[in-house]
Amino acid sequence: MVENRPLADLVSHAILILGVAIVAFPVYLALVASSSDPTTIANGQLGLLPEGHLFENYWKVLFEGTERSTKQPMIVPLFNSLVMALIISTGKIAISLISAFAIIYFRFPFRHTAFWVIFITLMLPVEVRIYPTYKIVADLGLLNTYAGLTIPLIASATATLLFRQFFMTVPDELLEASKIDGAGPWMFFKDTLLPLSMTSIAAMFVIQFIYGWNQYLWPLLITTSDDMQTIVIGIQKMLYVTDALTEWQLAMATTILAMLPPVVVVVLMQKLFVKGLTETEK
Amino acid sequence: MEKRSYFAGRLLPYALLAPQLLVTIIFFYVPAVQAVYQSFLLQDAFGISTQFVWFENYQLLFADHAYYQAMSVTAVFSILVTALALSIALLLAVQADKNLKGAGVYKTLLIWPYAVAPVVAGVLWLFMFQPSLGTLARGLHELDVDWNPYLNSGDALTLVVLAAAWKQISYNFLFFLAGLQAIPKSLIEAAAIDGAQPMRRFWTIIFPLLSPTAFYLLTVNIVYVFFDTFGIIHAVTNGGPAGATTTLVYKVFNDGRAGGDLGGSAAQSVILMAIVIGLTAFQFRFIERKVNY
Repeated sequence: MVENRPLADLVSHAILILGVAIVAFPVYLALVASSSDPTTIANGQLGLLPEGHLFENYWKVLFEGTERSTKQPMIVPLFNSLVMALIISTGKIAISLISAFAIIYFRFPFRHTAFWVIFITLMLPVEVRIYPTYKIVADLGLLNTYAGLTIPLIASATATLLFRQFFMTVPDELLEASKIDGAGPWMFFKDTLLPLSMTSIAAMFVIQFIYGWNQYLWPLLITTSDDMQTIVIGIQKMLYVTDALTEWQLAMATTILAMLPPVVVVVLMQKLFVKGLTETEK
Repeated sequence: MEKRSYFAGRLLPYALLAPQLLVTIIFFYVPAVQAVYQSFLLQDAFGISTQFVWFENYQLLFADHAYYQAMSVTAVFSILVTALALSIALLLAVQADKNLKGAGVYKTLLIWPYAVAPVVAGVLWLFMFQPSLGTLARGLHELDVDWNPYLNSGDALTLVVLAAAWKQISYNFLFFLAGLQAIPKSLIEAAAIDGAQPMRRFWTIIFPLLSPTAFYLLTVNIVYVFFDTFGIIHAVTNGGPAGATTTLVYKVFNDGRAGGDLGGSAAQSVILMAIVIGLTAFQFRFIERKVNY
């Protein structure tokens, strides 16, 4: 910074530490709760230090399920969430890559129309067309399937825009050189364009994996059977138990499990994540 | 989007576009059009007969006290979350932009909540403030604060606002930090040489240069509150008590559930669509300005 002011720096550190603490506290408390036993929590005696039931609770949630609410071992929804997030992220990337390729590297009638048709989907989030979309998926017989869970979410204006933007910056000389070498569209795409796009693809993957993993409204509508449930829906189902107390230690263990994979992705691939976020959404 | 050289294919480009366009048309355009069409239909209670009623669903909607309540809840919710998440994020970003030791560590520790699902954020906060056993709720009770989000509307709204803002800080922080780092250091140094103190430099140089980022974030935050907070509300309050946390999106979901009032729900969807289009257009105007800055 401009001037050296040790006191001001100290204040800055204090503000940042306070910020980090506020951001981390709810998760810390969830961790403590997931290491506790039901009576301690139910009696409102949960302290601020972890207790000894951590492995027991996670084991129970993963492989046995709750005693009173869903009774579902959470390993199944955890797996479903993983499948859903992977299909959505790779699917979005795949179909966006080829559509951006078509729009940038070909000349054909209705090219601009096609671009706008994709672009306008930005203005039609699931939330504004909930029931008609549900009905289409039901009519296609895709309720309670991975296809129904993922395909309607696979169209992506953001990914198409990002790849289009990136392809624009690829020098024309590369295409000309490939053509002189006798490469067709597929060869050029596979041998030149894809290797150049790897960073963008990885950045996009991080963003879309998180997007897919955290879907809530859509799985809530599309999945009714227990074995198709996703982990974020599983949490909600655990909270509402008729005629019994919520098993908070298990609900909080599920919460931790539900946030772990996307948070790990963000922390481990921070550079790609920041790149994906700032480039797609501007 | 013009390239000097391109491929000659005739059918290939259409084949390449086909998957994206098919998904887009089947799952985006057809349902959107159906929502508009359905908003003109009235279905009897058993779903046997439907009739075309023009704007009756909209008339009913605008005569309904509950719809105005949902509008005002959404407005208050948006204002509170946006104000809270933007101001805290800006405060943190300004500190992290200084050349502090460990700035990178702070950054990592502040951005991860982006990856947390809204419903997870909601449940984390619900657990802290659950009236009978939550750690912070117990603290409030000890201070003789009568806290119960299950019964008290103000408490319920406070809880969902806190959870929604908590999750959004990371996103805003990241963009503010990027915006701050893009401001040329020479400008700030020049001002410092002219004798401007840090506060003055912030309000006269940094803040104006940051305004495009702030406007962008403003629209993103409003869109976030409108749509992405559904999970928080569905899991934490179910729109209650007495509709105190029923936002427009939650109402669309709730009114159309189990074959309920599909026409009314569709009419609400159409109004929401208009809002999103407005917000997106607004956002792109500011982005244009940002590009020309």
